[in-house]
Amino acid sequence: MQLASFDFQQNHFDLFGLAQSFQIDIAQLEQQYRALQTLVHPDKSAHLADAEQRLAMQRATLVNEAYQTLRNPLRRARYLLSLHGVDIQEENNTLMPPDFLMAQLEWREAVSEAQQARDGAALDVLEARLQRETRELESRLALKIDTEKNYAAAAELVRKLRFMERLAEEIHAAYDAIDN
Amino acid sequence: MAYSEKLLDHYDHPRNVGSMDKDAAEVGTGMVGAPACGDVMKLQIKVGKDGVIEDAKFKTYGCGSAIASSSLVTEWVKGKTVDQALQIKNTQIAEELALPPVKIHCSILAEDAIKAAVADYKNKHNAVVETPACGEICKG
Repeated sequence: MQLASFDFQQNHFDLFGLAQSFQIDIAQLEQQYRALQTLVHPDKSAHLADAEQRLAMQRATLVNEAYQTLRNPLRRARYLLSLHGVDIQEENNTLMPPDFLMAQLEWREAVSEAQQARDGAALDVLEARLQRETRELESRLALKIDTEKNYAAAAELVRKLRFMERLAEEIHAAYDAIDN
Repeated sequence: MAYSEKLLDHYDHPRNVGSMDKDAAEVGTGMVGAPACGDVMKLQIKVGKDGVIEDAKFKTYGCGSAIASSSLVTEWVKGKTVDQALQIKNTQIAEELALPPVKIHCSILAEDAIKAAVADYKNKHNAVVETPACGEICKG
């Protein structure tokens, strides 16, 4: 790609030459990102006029933002659904399935108990289970988005994935608390 | 960010933390979660024969505002009928605790937890009394 033809309007998938789907080739994303990063790096415009430098900064920012969005499965799914005009209702949908929420509550209790007992092995077990269930959610997301194109069902999975991400943060915080 | 004294008081000394038997007929359980922040809240009410809420317990995993909001509503619902409890609005919770705008969703979570707990209680009692659409087959 030439800098002159850099299109600010194209979506993140087009930017990296990827098909618009949940399942993506991460290696290709990384490779395209490095190539684009070299191309749009603001240092290359340091000798140019202010307007050109601002433009260069905007290009670099967009490339970084697009990369951060696509490499993270939760953010990628969120972005994909927004391209399809689907509202995930992360702000106002509080009625998740009761058994899912009950399980979340039990997870959080277990993390908090492991932290209080300074039980690293218990945290390892919780983290392994979390990773397993997160991967399972992600493969269900791939099915709903890429195969079935059932975006409403995908939105609920995205909301669930957000709870899993929060759980991962809690587990990492518990590890930190034990280490210190 | 400066939090109000009431909020800090509920956060430092949360009221009515705990659990009740979710299978008991007089107990309504509301489970809600906020995807925006991953907070999870369980609110339980124990309702007397006269329809008045005798006791309430909560368990919340979330930020200080979520804990304070749920602690506050357990105090507020006690002594109210279930229908009066449904009148509690998130704006009242937000105002009482002086929640900052970014934490308004915590008060929404608490309001929705009351609704879910009352709905669960009503479900338990309507399941046998009135199931006009399906008659004998789907009782219980």
